[in-house]
Amino acid sequence: MREVDVRGVDVRGVDTRGPETGAVPSFALQERPLDTAALAAALSSSHAGAFVSFEGRVRDTNGGRTVIGLEYDAYPALCLVEGEAVVQEAVRAPGIIAARCVHRVGRLSVGEAAVWVGVIGGHRDEAFRACRFIIDEVKRRVPIWKKEQYDDGSSGWIGLEATLPESDLRPGTAR
Amino acid sequence: MTSVKAVKLHYYAAFHEAAGLREEDWRSAATTAAELYDEVAAHHGFRFDRSTLRVALNDCVVSWESEIRDGDTVVFLAPYAGG
Repeated sequence: MREVDVRGVDVRGVDTRGPETGAVPSFALQERPLDTAALAAALSSSHAGAFVSFEGRVRDTNGGRTVIGLEYDAYPALCLVEGEAVVQEAVRAPGIIAARCVHRVGRLSVGEAAVWVGVIGGHRDEAFRACRFIIDEVKRRVPIWKKEQYDDGSSGWIGLEATLPESDLRPGTAR
Repeated sequence: MTSVKAVKLHYYAAFHEAAGLREEDWRSAATTAAELYDEVAAHHGFRFDRSTLRVALNDCVVSWESEIRDGDTVVFLAPYAGG
């Protein structure tokens, strides 16, 4: 059975604990804001000559429209499988010591961190490459969906326009 | 002979919004995931073009021609938009 919280959001596989961490999977979904300093500090090794991170944030515009907030929905069970696979693939590359990726779910405001990727490695070249690989593959392979809210009161799921007939695309639909 | 299977549908994002449900039990004689989608889409009025979607059975992404079995958990997947 799925676990749902009071808002009906599927929280199975979502870390809804307080700001303390126990076991650390390589990929996680998280409802609470990302503590990027703590995430960075946790990636530590005396063999690491390079630490590279990427933080995706909520931007206030998209396709010429003013974005006032976002909502992410995720399919947790498949996210954890795919996300873990992506990070493990990156870590298998020569010179990479460890990596982690955490993606937010639920409602986010403009400026908030939506996703964080961190990699440590022996040298910068492989660490940059692995970080880029993880964010690109997470966007491509991990089942997360984004709904943007606009300043005119409308909202829309990103990427959905490709799935709908032309006649369904109202002016309020996201591009 | 056509057998009726009981499956569990989970809805996320645009599907959740369109169906107004997070999950539902569904009985179907559909043989493939594609047939099941067309049946569910007709019921809920989904307008999504199936060729732009994917499907997961029991938490694995599979082809639309995959066989539906009794007890399967099915998730229809709109294009991903994480990050």
